[in-house]
Amino acid sequence: MINIFEVNETNQMIEKENLDVRTITMGINLLSCASSSLEETKQNIYNKITTLAKNLVATGNEIEKEFGIPIVNKRISITPISLVGQNCCKTPEDYVEIAKTLDKAAHEVGVNFIGGYSAIVSKGMTKSDELLIKSIPMALASTELICSSVNVGSTKTGINMDAVRLLGDIIKETAKLTEDNDSLGCAKFVALCNAPDDNPFMAGAFHGVSEADAIINVGVSGPGVVKYALQNLDNADFEELCETIKKTAFKITRVGQLVAQEASKRLGIPFGIIDLSLAPTPAVGDSVAEILEEIGLQRAGAPGTTAALALLNDQVKKGGVMASSYVGGLSGAFIPVSEDQGMIDAVREGSLTIEKLEAMTCVCSVGLDMIAIPGDTSAETIAGIIADEAAIGMVNQKTTAVRIIPAAGKKAGDVVEFGGLLGYAPIMPVNNFDCSVFVNRKGRIPAPIHSFKN
Amino acid sequence: MNKVIITVVGKDTVGIIAKVCTYLAKNKINILDISQTIIQEYFNMMMIVEAANATKDLSEIITDLDKIGEGIGVVIKCQREEIFDKMHRI
Repeated sequence: MINIFEVNETNQMIEKENLDVRTITMGINLLSCASSSLEETKQNIYNKITTLAKNLVATGNEIEKEFGIPIVNKRISITPISLVGQNCCKTPEDYVEIAKTLDKAAHEVGVNFIGGYSAIVSKGMTKSDELLIKSIPMALASTELICSSVNVGSTKTGINMDAVRLLGDIIKETAKLTEDNDSLGCAKFVALCNAPDDNPFMAGAFHGVSEADAIINVGVSGPGVVKYALQNLDNADFEELCETIKKTAFKITRVGQLVAQEASKRLGIPFGIIDLSLAPTPAVGDSVAEILEEIGLQRAGAPGTTAALALLNDQVKKGGVMASSYVGGLSGAFIPVSEDQGMIDAVREGSLTIEKLEAMTCVCSVGLDMIAIPGDTSAETIAGIIADEAAIGMVNQKTTAVRIIPAAGKKAGDVVEFGGLLGYAPIMPVNNFDCSVFVNRKGRIPAPIHSFKN
Repeated sequence: MNKVIITVVGKDTVGIIAKVCTYLAKNKINILDISQTIIQEYFNMMMIVEAANATKDLSEIITDLDKIGEGIGVVIKCQREEIFDKMHRI
């Protein structure tokens, strides 16, 4: 039988170490909503979302109360909209209409984000994909809860450089259209390589075509718990360090598994996966950078950071995999700058640069995340940054991403403020040497040799 | 309904267990196990209870116990057992 010490340990994790379940995300297939009439498609989408997700928020709240574990976000991911709208959307404005419908449905069911205003263009763009991508700035500026993503490459297909180049312009335009809110629109858009179909985390969540009609995916969290567990170690060697992270990750993930199964049962929707990610928040003590400091670095970004992060990421997976029956999504430590107080401090003190962050993305999920850069950074430079990150993903057979905010009207050293879980970020300087000849070449980068495994 | 864990943490005072137990008895909630320690004058109690025949649903019980805790100046939490079981047992 459970004893008082075990109960106290769990409750201390929840009360003092910020243990929570970061998100219950319901994946919904919208392919069945497609029609050749825009009005009908919009109506079908609205009806399907508000029917299937009607009880999502209430169920999440019930589970939260009965088990005493905070469930921070309840969200929805949907089929990439470029697939749903291809018969009825003839202009970017048509897609924006769908975005507004999605936003309305999300408000109606009370979720805090809906992800999947997306296109998968890793090899080529259809006309519909291109229209959707061109509608992204307007869609993000005229909605509140929409998250958007574009998958520009994969290990199997290589990198679609035409799409990468286009996204440079799209990100700049999004920043401009949402200038009044510190270019907030860019915080809701991510360019991906090797995007998973079942990711519950925003901004990259979408419900892939390999999925069932509806599914429940859960993202766990808990950097604070790992940090506190390491704090209690005294002069530990690597074996003890790794064992502690692994055991802690196991415990965190078991809570996620319980919540996922319970939500699946109560909503009558199958359980998909647990995403084993250490997702930080701007709250002090809930930081991945602070874990790195606990491992022995003065600040995130110091020499040794990539190795420490690789170790952390690997142990989190080793502990988490056994705790859940199905693991998927992104699964790894997140290193968003604006959402992690330790990262923000490291940038401010000059310890962490974009180049070091890029190195770190080689060994963890996901990529250059929530990084604010000067507003005058060129679209070509942004495309170059996306291409670099996509190359890391393509060659290493992992998911990588770029969620970058060229804050309109701001320069290095200024601060952008997004509020809530999105946090705030000091603007980081960018290497402005020109890459325009490279990114303006047409076509795609071929798939790497090690993708030919057949 | 499955087993439920009730924890009480706070400054030690007369009648904490009595108040909690009275509430449980009134609502037909059966106590299976109680353990208690006092750490640096802080009262720390855990009860394992069976609420299968309870006259109220769990959500109400959680709210009621929270209020009783506020009245005594302690924190009373009431959580389904599975969260602890999952975390600490393979």
